[in-house]
Amino acid sequence: MSSKFFPLVHYTPEQGKYELLPFRFEPFSEDEVVITNAVGEFHFLTRNKLNALVDHKLHPNDPEYQHLRARHFLREQNDQAPIDLLALKTRTKLHRLANFTNLHLFVVSLRCDHSCPYCQVSRQSEDKAAFDMTRETADKGLDMVFRSPNPALKIEFQGGESLLNFELIKYIVEAAEKRNETAKRELAFVIATTLSLVTIDILEYCRDHNINLSSSLDGPEDLHNKNRPRPGRDSYAKFVEGLRKARDIVGYDSVSALMTTSPASLGRVKEIIDEYLKHGFGGIFLRHLSPYGFAIKTKSYQSYDVDVWLKFYREGLDYILELNKMGIPFTEHYSSILLTKMLTADNPGFVDLMNPSGAGIAAVVFNYDGDIYASDESRMLHEMGDSSFRLGNLHKNTYEEIFTSDVLLSLLDDSFTSSIPMCSECTFEQWCGADPVFHHAMYGDILGRKPESEFCRRTMGIIKHLLEIMRTDKEAKKIFMRWANKC
Amino acid sequence: MLTMSGKVIDSTLSQSEMFSLSERRNIPHVLREQKAFIVRNSEPLPEGFTHYFIIGDVDVNIPAGVGFTHLKKAFDYLGDDDIVRVLKDGSVRTLFRASSRHNSVFLTEQCNNYCLMCSQPPKKHDDSWIIKEVRQMIPMLPRHVGSLGITGGEPTLFGDEFLDILRLCKSWLPYASMHVLSNGRSFSDPKFAEKYAAIKHPDIMVGIPIYSDDPARHDYVVQAKGAFDETIQGILNLKRLGQKVEIRVVIHKQTIDRLPELAEFIARNLLFVDQVALMGLEMTGFTRANLDALWIDPHDYRDTLSEAVAILTSYKIRVSVYNHQLCVLNSDVYPYCVKSISDWKNEYADECAGCSKMTECGGFFSSCIQFGYSKHIQPYGVKAIL
Repeated sequence: MSSKFFPLVHYTPEQGKYELLPFRFEPFSEDEVVITNAVGEFHFLTRNKLNALVDHKLHPNDPEYQHLRARHFLREQNDQAPIDLLALKTRTKLHRLANFTNLHLFVVSLRCDHSCPYCQVSRQSEDKAAFDMTRETADKGLDMVFRSPNPALKIEFQGGESLLNFELIKYIVEAAEKRNETAKRELAFVIATTLSLVTIDILEYCRDHNINLSSSLDGPEDLHNKNRPRPGRDSYAKFVEGLRKARDIVGYDSVSALMTTSPASLGRVKEIIDEYLKHGFGGIFLRHLSPYGFAIKTKSYQSYDVDVWLKFYREGLDYILELNKMGIPFTEHYSSILLTKMLTADNPGFVDLMNPSGAGIAAVVFNYDGDIYASDESRMLHEMGDSSFRLGNLHKNTYEEIFTSDVLLSLLDDSFTSSIPMCSECTFEQWCGADPVFHHAMYGDILGRKPESEFCRRTMGIIKHLLEIMRTDKEAKKIFMRWANKC
Repeated sequence: MLTMSGKVIDSTLSQSEMFSLSERRNIPHVLREQKAFIVRNSEPLPEGFTHYFIIGDVDVNIPAGVGFTHLKKAFDYLGDDDIVRVLKDGSVRTLFRASSRHNSVFLTEQCNNYCLMCSQPPKKHDDSWIIKEVRQMIPMLPRHVGSLGITGGEPTLFGDEFLDILRLCKSWLPYASMHVLSNGRSFSDPKFAEKYAAIKHPDIMVGIPIYSDDPARHDYVVQAKGAFDETIQGILNLKRLGQKVEIRVVIHKQTIDRLPELAEFIARNLLFVDQVALMGLEMTGFTRANLDALWIDPHDYRDTLSEAVAILTSYKIRVSVYNHQLCVLNSDVYPYCVKSISDWKNEYADECAGCSKMTECGGFFSSCIQFGYSKHIQPYGVKAIL
């Protein structure tokens, strides 16, 4: 090389002068740790290199030094860019908080045509007066919705079977549209429904008002029908028929499906995924069973523990990766939420994995009777006799009273993972979230003791599995990168 | 390759001058006064043009007192609205070609980087006269110019004068999409970045190189300590002000190893940039002096390039691959390959004869044809005739 140029060593920092930036680590294998920085970037490191790093003995020629400097685990004394970039990434991760509440759930009826054993809230009743939301309550709910400062507002209709009170859905949609002529928000509607009661008229209405449908598919016909009994034992057939009609009329991408993992699902994950493939879904959300309502009463919840569920999840994920490698793009949505946090500067703002908790500030629930809850889980808890997270009532309280209530503020105060004991020093804190309602329900304490927390064990289990896959399988990591950028 | 500069054969000019050319002989006299006429044949000269450029061997009668310059046949490509400058010492340079989409305005030879592979090696001497000349030229350009590059050296080194050039372009060339090639370091000064943004040019992008996620390696490639830190801050300031930024990576032996890591760095830290260009080496300037340290056959790094492109596209970053021939790359990269080499220095190799993908392929820099290119060039879809 021409002598006018200096060699690389001329630009390499002097040894041992670097500063450590905030990071955390956790043993990963016998010899290795996984290390995460202030914004959740990660790297695998041998224990020897970790010691060298901490002792300021990592040599600038060491490739690990270069990785760690580029990923903002350390900086040389004059480096300003790492501080600016870490600050920027922190702001990016938290930017959704400033928007405040986006999702508003209207429980338009508790009545349901299904009698699912694990259901938390539904009623088998003809009594509309007792279990349906009234127009007056809906109006008060809309007052709240449009008080939210969020430029995007989503209204989701929940049940029971929400279509049993379709007249009220129409009333709310049209009233919201009317208000939005002047409010000018980005307004979206979703109806949560089993699709058993959809008609051409309902679907055409959804088409004309840009309403999406969020449905349920638990797996193959026998499993789905076992999970979701209804008169005639035809829940699956109704779903398939409704799905077809909804795709025809409302549009292919306007219908999504969620699955519930009942004890009967365990061991059948491949069949369940195949069922989603068969119906042309681009992904599946492998969800654990929540401990609320009848799920606890009927002991379904106790019938499988975290380890059993993790096995189910891992088997499912393995199969899904196999599909992707075959050239069939298919996403596991829960993983993709975590991967977005692990692999990007973005934060998908998923209610169960938010920091602070998404209760009230990501989503708020208006129950059929006007009661306001911090989350869907909070109202289920109420149905079990625990009203800890009832924020008030639409007919009695103002917006200010609700959103500055002690219940909500302490829920948020106590759910910053960066200050919760054992979360604050956890290597995976940046990827995780707080679920105060869950911890309250299970352990009588919204913080919960993390070594006993199933939420913690489950999330840790998933994260470690995802890390292990990325450490050992380059092709899978490429697939994960695509999932991470879907949210 | 087109001849963009050379010596005149003969000229009546006694001082340096710049001309806008015309091939049309019958334009109104008021316009002839603003133009120099291109003489290609022996027809009598149309009267009233400010100057006459005679190209090649033309037997033409030049009336006494008429100013003319005689150029070699190599300048035969010159046409309507092109801009040519003749210096006192008899050197001539084409500054603008109206028929090209690749015009760049060159502002200075000075630079605060000293890149190993610089195609335009910087010089230290005072060349501020160039900016004055550019000021004179911009109003002479056709109003409808659709794109214009600003290059150097490091064009921002002249600070306010650089910004003045951009203001002129905004005023005189309302339809021009502007692209500035800068190392971005000047924009680390928030005040300078703010002044740049305050111009509010409707269509301008700054192309800024990052060569590694490792600051030491970037600083080495550009031969300037602390350059990485300043460049990153410059990009952040520009994006904070809503300005368009392209990241440009030249791929060579010193940058290829950490290219996937660089792609991840961009995805995690600079996701908001407008596009990323991954570029092949031009065999000119310092590259030829440092060839051993820089040259790697693109065929040998095609998998690494695929990996980097896959990372960037996963993160939905707009990616372009410049200066690469299709036959040395993996097909997953084809959709991102762009024919980017400026027309006047774009060629194809002998091996390309009969290739069925030639119209899609970006081909080579002329300098590569002359001084070296991949050993794996082979035409597509050519079958031996039995």
